Amino acid sequence: MSTPTKLVPTPGQTVGPFYGYALPFEKDNELLAPGSPGSLRLQGTVYDGAGETIPDAILEIWQPDADGKIVQQTGSLVRDGYTFTGWGRASVGHSGVYTFTTVNPGPTGQVPGKPAAAPFISVAVFARGLMNRLFTRVYLPENKEALATDPLLSSLDPERRKTLIARRDPDGGLTWDVRLQGEGETVFLDFQ
Amino acid sequence: METQQDLSAEITAMGDAYARALKDGAPAETQPRLDYAPYRSSILRHPTKSLHHADPETIELYSPAFGHQDVHALEADLTIQHNGEPQSERIIVAGKVLDGDGRPVAGQLVEIWQANASGRYIHKRDQHPAPLDPNFTGVGRCITGPDGSYRFTTIKPGAYPWKNHVNAWRPAHIHFSMFGTEFTQRIVTQMYFPGDQLFPLDPIYQSIVDQDARDRLVASYDHNLTEPEWALGYNWDIVLTGSKRTWTENEALGAAGDEE
Ligand SMILES: [Fe+3]
Repeated sequence: MSTPTKLVPTPGQTVGPFYGYALPFEKDNELLAPGSPGSLRLQGTVYDGAGETIPDAILEIWQPDADGKIVQQTGSLVRDGYTFTGWGRASVGHSGVYTFTTVNPGPTGQVPGKPAAAPFISVAVFARGLMNRLFTRVYLPENKEALATDPLLSSLDPERRKTLIARRDPDGGLTWDVRLQGEGETVFLDFQ
Repeated sequence: METQQDLSAEITAMGDAYARALKDGAPAETQPRLDYAPYRSSILRHPTKSLHHADPETIELYSPAFGHQDVHALEADLTIQHNGEPQSERIIVAGKVLDGDGRPVAGQLVEIWQANASGRYIHKRDQHPAPLDPNFTGVGRCITGPDGSYRFTTIKPGAYPWKNHVNAWRPAHIHFSMFGTEFTQRIVTQMYFPGDQLFPLDPIYQSIVDQDARDRLVASYDHNLTEPEWALGYNWDIVLTGSKRTWTENEALGAAGDEE
């Protein structure tokens, strides 16, 4: 194979306010049908630096299935109601709240002899006023041991680390808020 | 309320400071600044802590798969979605999606949206008193070919006013959303048209302080893409960030999505 050439990446730009007819689609936030076995609600609120909710943000999640398998299934945009594709998109409402129907991500990539990796959901955040998308992760609150040894979480101080761990609701759902700025500012990731 | 002059002074000051930093050996910036006050809505919406460096793991090293069942081939033509033809100059916008190593991103989803010829979006919050076009929604999708290529037929969008400051106008643009082979390569951006007089005045375009980086968002007119008696052609390639995965030869050939 020839030596790959390193190219300079194209800059991102804000998603702006007018994606409404383009990005949302039917059942975009239902990675599986609400009420189906194993399904749960992942929800939260998106806040700005003044603590105001952001009504024009859009979130995407991408995650393994409940067994920790990374699926490569097409059909996210035209869902058949049965195939778990692992990817979804949710526009926040007027109150800044987003909702997904999904499953608990299973542990992936366990190395024999090492503690199980802490399962997480990968998240991309877009908003008017946000110049470029932001990446972050949502970890499940259980399995404290895995959370304690997770390479990313253990590199953060306890206050910041909390922003990446969802709360478990009494009904089995998950609550996880996004704070773009200020007190409790969510940890956003740079992979470069 | 603030005028264009006020904003232009801020934009110029930030540009000058960047030019001095470059001269003093600072690395060139390739992405927009998250903290770019001339775009007023960014003031409360940018993280104040620096992004935390992380090595992508597991799910982040893969991308969702899209295929031809997700997108109808006709969705790549924004001029045929209604009973009549939309008003404006018909154009073809085509190019390739490549990863940072120059590999084509095959079988991946590209989504676009844009204003109509009068600079109006079909959106309840778009208050610009310019006519809607009953024959134009301004939304398109396609799946990249094996060589990473995409191609849309659409119309030239108009510039439009916005409320950032008095007499603020966005240069004509098409919004683009793309996936790579890894989720960390996900990008949403805007494509601009060459020679737009509004470039120096626009805080969103200028939030990329480096001229070479800004130029990467501007399509080039391409007469080879232009179709006789039909449409003008613009070429624009998108380069995603570098991939972090160890590639097998099969994957390197581009196996995402389904085949049809
Ligand atoms: Fe726009």
